[in-house]
Amino acid sequence: MPLIEVKNVVGGYGGAPILNGVNIAIEQSDIGVIVGPNGAGKSTTLKAIFGLLKVTSGSITFEGHDIANALPDRLVPLGLSFVPQEKNVFTSMSVEENLEMGAFTRRDDISGTRDEIYAMFPVLKEKRRQPAGELSGGQRQMVAMGRALMSKPKLLLLDEPSAGLSPRYVLEIFEHIVTVNKAGVAILMVEQNARQALAFASRGFVLAQGANRFTGTGPELIADPEVARSFLGG
Amino acid sequence: MDVLVFFINKVLVAGTVLGSIYALGAIGATLIFGILRFAHFAHGDMMTMGAFFAFLIALVFYHYGIYLPVPMGFVVMPLAMLLTIAVALGIDKTVYAPLRRRGARPVTLLIASIGVTLMLQGLIRLFFGTGQYSFFDYGETKSIFRIDMSWAGARPITFTQPQVLMVIVTVVLVLILNFFLTGTRLGKAMRAMADNADLAQVSGINTQLVVRLTWVIAAALACAAGTMLSLDVSLKPDLAFNIILPIFAAAIVGGLGQVYGAIAGGFLLGFAETLGVFNWSTILRPLAGVLPDWIVIPPDLSLVPTEYKLTVSFVILVITLLWRPTGIFKGAST
Repeated sequence: MPLIEVKNVVGGYGGAPILNGVNIAIEQSDIGVIVGPNGAGKSTTLKAIFGLLKVTSGSITFEGHDIANALPDRLVPLGLSFVPQEKNVFTSMSVEENLEMGAFTRRDDISGTRDEIYAMFPVLKEKRRQPAGELSGGQRQMVAMGRALMSKPKLLLLDEPSAGLSPRYVLEIFEHIVTVNKAGVAILMVEQNARQALAFASRGFVLAQGANRFTGTGPELIADPEVARSFLGG
Repeated sequence: MDVLVFFINKVLVAGTVLGSIYALGAIGATLIFGILRFAHFAHGDMMTMGAFFAFLIALVFYHYGIYLPVPMGFVVMPLAMLLTIAVALGIDKTVYAPLRRRGARPVTLLIASIGVTLMLQGLIRLFFGTGQYSFFDYGETKSIFRIDMSWAGARPITFTQPQVLMVIVTVVLVLILNFFLTGTRLGKAMRAMADNADLAQVSGINTQLVVRLTWVIAAALACAAGTMLSLDVSLKPDLAFNIILPIFAAAIVGGLGQVYGAIAGGFLLGFAETLGVFNWSTILRPLAGVLPDWIVIPPDLSLVPTEYKLTVSFVILVITLLWRPTGIFKGAST
């Protein structure tokens, strides 16, 4: 049984549906990457999983639990975590407080998890007393990922983690994502840098107009001439 | 020296008192704005209501002949706070929460809070009429402290016991609030929600709980401010409605959503209003003998007449908005 299974999901913000039958399945060891043109419903799919928009038909199951339309305060304790694309840090709060907020649903000792995150992003430990709003774009992305990891998720949802970062940071963030995955966290991410992201994806999903067009491993999709021509810019 | 004492009595004491009231009111208004994203117009009436609760409970004690060395209004304040909190939570549940669920815009909530203002004022007048009351009409006396300044050949510095207690209570409440917001998990969650409500929700923070907590804190501080104001002056149905505008001005000047900004804004406006109505000619009077004859010090040199005290707050508000639209402490711009 997959860790998360999204089956024929239709949904939107109340008007015409944006998702018209999305299917996604991820195992615990997977890095799943969703690619596709603008307006294909990539970010919307993540938001649907995280209860931020209405799912009108289809099903979403996480470890056997039906989580369609469940709200984040139920999803986070189950083991899901989400890093939005924009405004993904508490700018007025210190780096350390940002991490604490990620662990809000936990009642046990969080210092071990915090130290692991500082070990992964040493620069955050240096700046732990600084407001997150004063950090650079790349460092903020680290805070955002760190915050999401504080709840010890089984599945981490990332909405365009490389958006707005310089190429050097893009590579660094991707390396961190692979590290997190090797530590046992399943990843489902949306990416604009499609070719780069699919290269390390064990599951790739090409969406168009709110539905799956192609599904396969990352390298399979890159090798598919039709995917390459239509979605990866030749 | 007399002049200095006069200045301390008229400006330092009065400004501190007014500043404390404004600060406590503005903290609540700014917290509600930060978390619920609307200007809570009924905040002044929540203060008045809290004061009437304290008055009612105090009357019970007076009735049984119980008198303490400190004004009863301060002793019963915790009980009055509980009642005010209960009413605030009830109003949120019946008025604001249904609107929020329907995705009402901030302006709708603002209008609803004007409705709540009318309702609370009506209720208070229904039970207490339109007259004035004083905590000190029932056998309790307002102690007056005098600091002897005769060694300097001056009149004494005077202030009342409620004024001293007011400053102490304000400081204690602010310290507790500060510890709550920076040292506890729920307090930090509250700051997180004020900072970025969507991300707070995504982090799994129980936003309903934070909303309730906001009302608890805002109502408790409003009750304290209202009760203390009524102990300093007198209790009447429009006690705090009259100062809702400077309270919002204080919250905006400090930066909406910023608790420390609201405190700074409250004291800034409290002192500015007091200085604005201060009669400067009394300070210049000693110079009368030195100045040439053709300069006559007019008897009234205050910047604005007392009745127009509020304009001082608005002048400062306009200057702040021109110079720094998000307030001194950089709050929300909406």
